[in-house]
Amino acid sequence: MPKLTSAIDPSSPAFKALESTNRRLRDELVERVAQAARGGSDKSRERHVSRGKLLPRDRVERLLDAGSPFLEVGQLAAFGMYDDQAPGAGMICGVGRVSGREVMIVANDPTVKGGAYFPMTVKKHLRAQEIAEQNRLPCVYLVDSGGANLPHQAEVFPDREHFGRIFFNQARMSARDIPQIACVMGSCTAGGAYVPAMSDETVIVRNQGTIFLAGPPLVKAATGEVISAEDLGGADTHGRKSGVVDHVAENDEHALEIVRSIVANLNTVKDVPLDVREPRPPALDPEELYGIIPDDVRAPYDVREVIARTVDGSEFDEFKRDYGTTLVCGFARIWGYPVAILANNGVLFSESALKGAHFIQLACKRKIPLVFLQNISGFMVGGKYEAEGIAKNGAKLVTAVASAEVPKFTVLIGGSFGAGNYGMCGRAYSPRFLFTWPNSRISVMGGEQAASVLATVHRDADTWTEDQAEAFKAPIRQKYEDEGNPYYATARLWDDGVIDPVQTRDVLGLAISASLNAPIPDTPFGVFRM
Amino acid sequence: MFKSVLVANRGEIACRVFRTARAMGLRTIAVYSEADARAPHVQMADEAVLLGPAQASESYLDGAKVLAAARATGAEAIHPGYGFLSENADFAEAVKAAGLVWIGPPPASIRAMGLKDAAKKLMIEAGVPVTPGYQGEDQSADTLKAEADRIGYPVLIKAVAGGGGKGMRRVDRAEDFADALASAQREGQSSFGDPRVLIETYITRPRHIEVQVFGDTHGTVVHLNERDCSLQRRHQKVIEEAPAPGMDTATREAVTAAAVRAAKAVNYEGAGTIEFIADASEGLKADRIWFMEMNTRLQVEHPVTEAITGVDLVEWQLRVAAGEPIPLKQDEIGIHGWAMEARLYAEDPENGFLPSVGALEHFVLPPADMGTGDPEDIDDPADGPLLRVDTGVEEGGEVSQFYDPMIAKLIVHAETREAAADHLAGVCREVEVWPVRTNAAFLARCLDHPRFVAGDVDTAFIAAEEDTLLAPWTLDDDGALAAAVALTHEARKRALAEESAETPWATAPELVGFRLNRPATLAVPLRAGGEARVVELTPDGRDGYAGDLDGEAVPVQPWPGSGPHESWYRTSVTLSPDRAPVSYRYLADDHAAVLFRDGRAWRVDGRPAAAAGAAEAGDGALRAPMPGKVVAVPVKAGDTVGKGQAVIVIEAMKMEQALTAPFDGVVESVAYSVGDQVGADAVLAVVTAKD
Repeated sequence: MPKLTSAIDPSSPAFKALESTNRRLRDELVERVAQAARGGSDKSRERHVSRGKLLPRDRVERLLDAGSPFLEVGQLAAFGMYDDQAPGAGMICGVGRVSGREVMIVANDPTVKGGAYFPMTVKKHLRAQEIAEQNRLPCVYLVDSGGANLPHQAEVFPDREHFGRIFFNQARMSARDIPQIACVMGSCTAGGAYVPAMSDETVIVRNQGTIFLAGPPLVKAATGEVISAEDLGGADTHGRKSGVVDHVAENDEHALEIVRSIVANLNTVKDVPLDVREPRPPALDPEELYGIIPDDVRAPYDVREVIARTVDGSEFDEFKRDYGTTLVCGFARIWGYPVAILANNGVLFSESALKGAHFIQLACKRKIPLVFLQNISGFMVGGKYEAEGIAKNGAKLVTAVASAEVPKFTVLIGGSFGAGNYGMCGRAYSPRFLFTWPNSRISVMGGEQAASVLATVHRDADTWTEDQAEAFKAPIRQKYEDEGNPYYATARLWDDGVIDPVQTRDVLGLAISASLNAPIPDTPFGVFRM
Repeated sequence: MFKSVLVANRGEIACRVFRTARAMGLRTIAVYSEADARAPHVQMADEAVLLGPAQASESYLDGAKVLAAARATGAEAIHPGYGFLSENADFAEAVKAAGLVWIGPPPASIRAMGLKDAAKKLMIEAGVPVTPGYQGEDQSADTLKAEADRIGYPVLIKAVAGGGGKGMRRVDRAEDFADALASAQREGQSSFGDPRVLIETYITRPRHIEVQVFGDTHGTVVHLNERDCSLQRRHQKVIEEAPAPGMDTATREAVTAAAVRAAKAVNYEGAGTIEFIADASEGLKADRIWFMEMNTRLQVEHPVTEAITGVDLVEWQLRVAAGEPIPLKQDEIGIHGWAMEARLYAEDPENGFLPSVGALEHFVLPPADMGTGDPEDIDDPADGPLLRVDTGVEEGGEVSQFYDPMIAKLIVHAETREAAADHLAGVCREVEVWPVRTNAAFLARCLDHPRFVAGDVDTAFIAAEEDTLLAPWTLDDDGALAAAVALTHEARKRALAEESAETPWATAPELVGFRLNRPATLAVPLRAGGEARVVELTPDGRDGYAGDLDGEAVPVQPWPGSGPHESWYRTSVTLSPDRAPVSYRYLADDHAAVLFRDGRAWRVDGRPAAAAGAAEAGDGALRAPMPGKVVAVPVKAGDTVGKGQAVIVIEAMKMEQALTAPFDGVVESVAYSVGDQVGADAVLAVVTAKD
């Protein structure tokens, strides 16, 4: 395979300046993640530990195979929301290896408001289940939650994508032979009781886990019965009498070992239908990405510099290199897996869209996973382009992306604006995983364009002085800047996480491998408007 | 020469005799007890005969059974080894009476040396020095004083009826004798009602020196120089060497000549050892070495003599028994280099040296690089120290409670004493045995001890240096770090072995412990010596790790090894902090690691097995599984019960069912008695777990 070369000069002042900017962005990310990863307040963590329980993150660590990677999802969910009272939305989700099997782990964090479900907690739980379902990953729920956050009940309980969907998903996944395993390590009340009850196999920790539809206070209020939590729904009740649980553990460590045994007994084989090669690191140093990523999403640069620092051996077999040049397409390998990469190198023209649609067809025919490196300001506009049918050509790309049944992975490496987001497999196009870089921006259009458009269509626009126009536009620009910020986006789970650009290859490798737990079906494409 | 030999013994000595016998073209016959059915000496022999049950009295000590085995197999000669029947004159006679060749001294010689007092007299007659003393009936103060003067000070006055140090006085000077005697007599009278005393020479620094002798049927007796076996624990030899440190030529000549005289005095034939006690308070001196007793057999420690002389003593035994003359003349027997033997025992030095019996799941000794006394082996000890390993057990075998717990002899031959001791200490540090405990680490400490290195060892050495020699062997922080790496690495290796294709989830060292936007850190839970801790490791992306040692980041590199077992791997971890590297070898599976270092083994538990703990045990309440009638209550409240012990028995549906204690504990209560009807799920008894 041809090897990409670089036009970058790491000793140049421009490189150094960008490097410093991007390293600062990376440091900010790491710091924010570290903060969120701590979970609840020191006091609530200490209280939790003093009861002989493991902290939720330690539970996840103990559950994992020694040395297993853990690909966390929604790390910064609820970042800056709910008065910053819900780090990680009170939940740890991610893919990890347990007894040699990739599984989706969903762990409540009881140190965050008792593990109660905020709206973003529900969304994160559902997203974890969606990943599990798409990639056929067994689900392990480490349950320790008081249930729905009552002040937010309207955004948590009633709708299609709310609390009830969790159990709907469990039933549907179980039906599709995706194992559902619950480990009750704390409260599991009301609706929450259905997590273990709807699981295929359930563990409970003695004198710690409880499962009941209504807790002792509610029981007393409703029927006058006075009963302790342990008698009402503890290990003995459910292990011996009700049969709601299948295994009783003495403590957290023991419970997690039982879960590991359960996973070891699943009798599943991961059949990888790809031509996998020995993985090789990129020939060009991924650390140089810090000196390449522009500090302004509008600044053009050759996306091959990114590809060269992401793929095995920096080797890239480019498709239609001289046609539709604003969309770079080609085959490469990431961690040994064959991938078909689509990466933006400017605005999308009709040719770029046609080339992309063609390339996606190739990948689907060959069952090669698709990787989208998204940095797109949109499709070309203007009379000439409308006349030559950019709408229908763009639609071909969108159709191809939407139809593709091979695993799709999207990394937002720069701007993600307008219909470009669709053509490059944005969230709505169900990539298996979608990650963003700390420098990225996402919105229906750029803040400047939005401000200009809104100023242009304003009825008083004709009468404005320049200062007046600016006064109108500034807050719009600011709003777009705030809402287009990757942290605003990731807090709302528009993506699966902000990642350090240097980790991109590793994240993709793990994600691709995880996706291969599901077979790759044939792709029937929708009608391409010709 | 006879054509077949039966060895009436087991373990390493049986194997040792078979090696030479086989090399000489003899048919080899083993005898064994039920406990030894798969023992190496049985496998090694051409034929093997079962003697009987494990108890030695019903097998290896039963002379009639041994003779029957010899008859059944047509064995022409019997070698008794050491211990068991080796010094049993009646058995020796029976062997000869059966028309078989007895590979040992004449029964008369055994008898003559078997009676210790008579032997002493015999020796005095033969001009062999014996420990000076007085045990006469004349108890007058003057006589006793005169005897003390004759013996020479210091002397020990002992109450004849004495014991426990009572009535015992050490006297260093003639002028102190009278007072000491009076006091000893008074104490003897008051404590035992008997004022009589005896007087012995007081040996301040006793050393155990012995001389290997050999006689043949042609009246020749030679010696093969001396051995020093002073390093003893409670009269049990621990380390032996040849020659003796600090032995000058004149002293050697005197003691070996005395030994030859002793052997000749009893018309000795075959291999024998004359044991002497030396007073080494002023070094070894010819006039301070006295006869103690003669061992009329091959000694455990004979290999050190073989090493320095190049003689195969078993070969000589066989030849002499067949009537051949001793192959070498006295002046052809020299001393080449220095040899040292350490006895590896299955015992626990940290637990009063209690024997440690059981399966030898793991038994690895350093590889031997010399055999049994072949002359060519000693030509050039300057080539570097050589190791000989005599053992009668093997991995997968068992250390039985019925026999001596010595599992191997480690013999080093080197150019100098210093080199031999140093090499043997290293050999002991490399011993890996599990789960049976051994004294290997203790041996290494003895060999490393400055007093031993200086040749300054008497028989009280171990007792005197106990604090150093038996200081606790604790698993340090670096051991915990090594254990954490061992457990992690083995878990990873297993994961890799199960992987059919490359996957970054398991096969990529770069992604060990990968965490999104966070440093890769592994938290490894451990439990060692009852203490739980979590060791943090930072993977280096190349299957190595860094750990924290006193605030210093220390690289820990696991090295691959070959795995002789299905479930246990062998690999070593080398810690390399800025200080000197520390190396551990280990066995590990997913749940535990056994670390070896300096001859010691430590078990470290990792993540528990799912079935461990009291999971199935429940809360200790024994509930009736169905309605029924209590038919027996074998315990009462307050009784201590073991896991699985019946607490209450009910009859239901025409079946008796015993409800058993779910764990070791105490019966807190029994709610029903015999004859009571009980309902389903009734709590019949409660057992509380022992802390």
